[in-house]
Amino acid sequence: MIAGVVKTISGVRPAWWVALVLLILFPFPANDFFTVQIGAYSMILGLIGLSLMILAGYGGMVSLAQLTAAGLAAYVVAIFGVNSNDVLGFGWSWWIVAPLAIAVGTLFSALVGLIAVRTSGIYMIMITLAIAVSVFFFARQNYEVFNGFTGYAGITAPHIAGVDMRAPLPFYYLSLIGAVFFLAVTAFVEGSPFGLALQATRDNPRRVAALGYSVTAIRVFAFALAGVVAATAGVLLVILNGRVSPGTIGVDVAIDILVIAVVGGLRHPVGPFLGALAFVLLENFAIDLIDRERFNTVIGAAFLLVIFFSPDGLLGLWQKLSDRIKPIQTPTKSEH
Amino acid sequence: MDRPDALSRLQTAGQYALELEAVSRHFGALVALADINLAVKAGERRAVLGSNGAGKTTLFNAVTGDFPVTTGRIRFFGEDITELPAQERIRRGLRRTYQISLLFENLTVRQNLYVACRGVSPRRFSLRRPSPSDPATHMAELLAQATHLSDDLDRLVGTLSHGQQRQLEIGMALAGAPRFFLFDEPAAGLSPSERADLIDILGALPAHIGFIIIEHDMDVALRVSQGVSMMHNGRIFKEGTPAEIENDPEVQALYLGGAHD
Repeated sequence: MIAGVVKTISGVRPAWWVALVLLILFPFPANDFFTVQIGAYSMILGLIGLSLMILAGYGGMVSLAQLTAAGLAAYVVAIFGVNSNDVLGFGWSWWIVAPLAIAVGTLFSALVGLIAVRTSGIYMIMITLAIAVSVFFFARQNYEVFNGFTGYAGITAPHIAGVDMRAPLPFYYLSLIGAVFFLAVTAFVEGSPFGLALQATRDNPRRVAALGYSVTAIRVFAFALAGVVAATAGVLLVILNGRVSPGTIGVDVAIDILVIAVVGGLRHPVGPFLGALAFVLLENFAIDLIDRERFNTVIGAAFLLVIFFSPDGLLGLWQKLSDRIKPIQTPTKSEH
Repeated sequence: MDRPDALSRLQTAGQYALELEAVSRHFGALVALADINLAVKAGERRAVLGSNGAGKTTLFNAVTGDFPVTTGRIRFFGEDITELPAQERIRRGLRRTYQISLLFENLTVRQNLYVACRGVSPRRFSLRRPSPSDPATHMAELLAQATHLSDDLDRLVGTLSHGQQRQLEIGMALAGAPRFFLFDEPAAGLSPSERADLIDILGALPAHIGFIIIEHDMDVALRVSQGVSMMHNGRIFKEGTPAEIENDPEVQALYLGGAHD
């Protein structure tokens, strides 16, 4: 096992190590706004996007309910941790609340999978959208558990060894650890028996069943794994914001996640992180380019252009550029 | 789950591999299979012939469990598998290939065969990468060799020629411990030399493993099989040796239809 991990780590290309070092050094030249609102926030959105990429990229399943899994994990933190709303807020330790939140988000995602995997394509999008919408409205109308429209605020951040994890630098590194960990695990699992079987169900589910697999079990398990990633992102999100409300899991945000994953690229787990960075940059700075009412138009137009020129998203653009720079290299993956 | 061990497999000699008893399948008002009775011994090689729409592929789909039968029972080596889901039938040693190749186009030949080998072994859901000592890795290479694909192990399946995809289609079915095969038009669209290759591959299968082959090419079908079942409108209307079938006037009128040659 250890030998395998060492071998895998030593097989990582130098460019990735350079990127990692740059990301570790990033907060030092950057101010708090760039460190947290751009850097860390991109990684959180990237993780939720990664949750969708695992399902869509490897499994061919588009789920609009991954943000909901993240949001439920955030609600669990508010309900079992400390909040300032005088509703629930059991004040449990973070060491219990965080794993519990991730477990609930994972279970929810697996449940969504259990319901949705009987369908495919546009029907799966519809079913997961319906689940996302119903959880959104339920949270908005239920005051006993979700505290209705207001949601929860004043959620305290954990302190690890006396360090406030909401402070810019610790939070940035916490998010970085989360992002790198799940990126690496996803890339590793891609080549495992389960990872290959999942990709096989994307290409040809009937054949997978004819090889002795349960296609349903593969898909539900993929939803559960994607749920772990989304729920972890949800915990990070609530540490960052200190609040969670129905708006956190709104359909508009769920669509943002879809845009992030598709624009970033579904062929490699790093895609959603690129998409999230582009999205966050545009969200913050499109206002500087055009007046406030129209900044969504700029975001939309920018993403249309990316998809128009590269169906594989930003990843595909990157691939095209590097192919042009190094034309001698023969492409190993063919275009489809 | 009971796994057939070597001993029970020895005892199956002379036993029926596949028995269909009054099997029918309706799609609404359409009767795709009507009262099919079929018994194939372990090690027997049977060809199923019939015109398009006779119900040959439907028969395969019913046997592998792609959809439930409307009436009737299916037994595999004596065990009633009528109610079992597809993957359980596969784990018991039933294998099939498809008329139109069903492969994983965005994976390599090696990965396709590896997935096939892992499907019928335990720890299908392992999240760890295969080690070089993983028997399935080795098995995948052997299967590539058996189906003449050793030179293309790391090519994406989507880039293979049609003939190579047909070979891989068979390679995928050979994974694990197969006990009986259903081949659905393996020669469809092959060139004459690829056909010869295919006959080689089928002929090299261990003698104790039987199969049913659907084949339009009489040359292939009659060369690799010992018995023939003729299907028409969802029924089996004649069974016999290849020679009997070839010379049967009714069959000639219906299927071989002298007019074409």
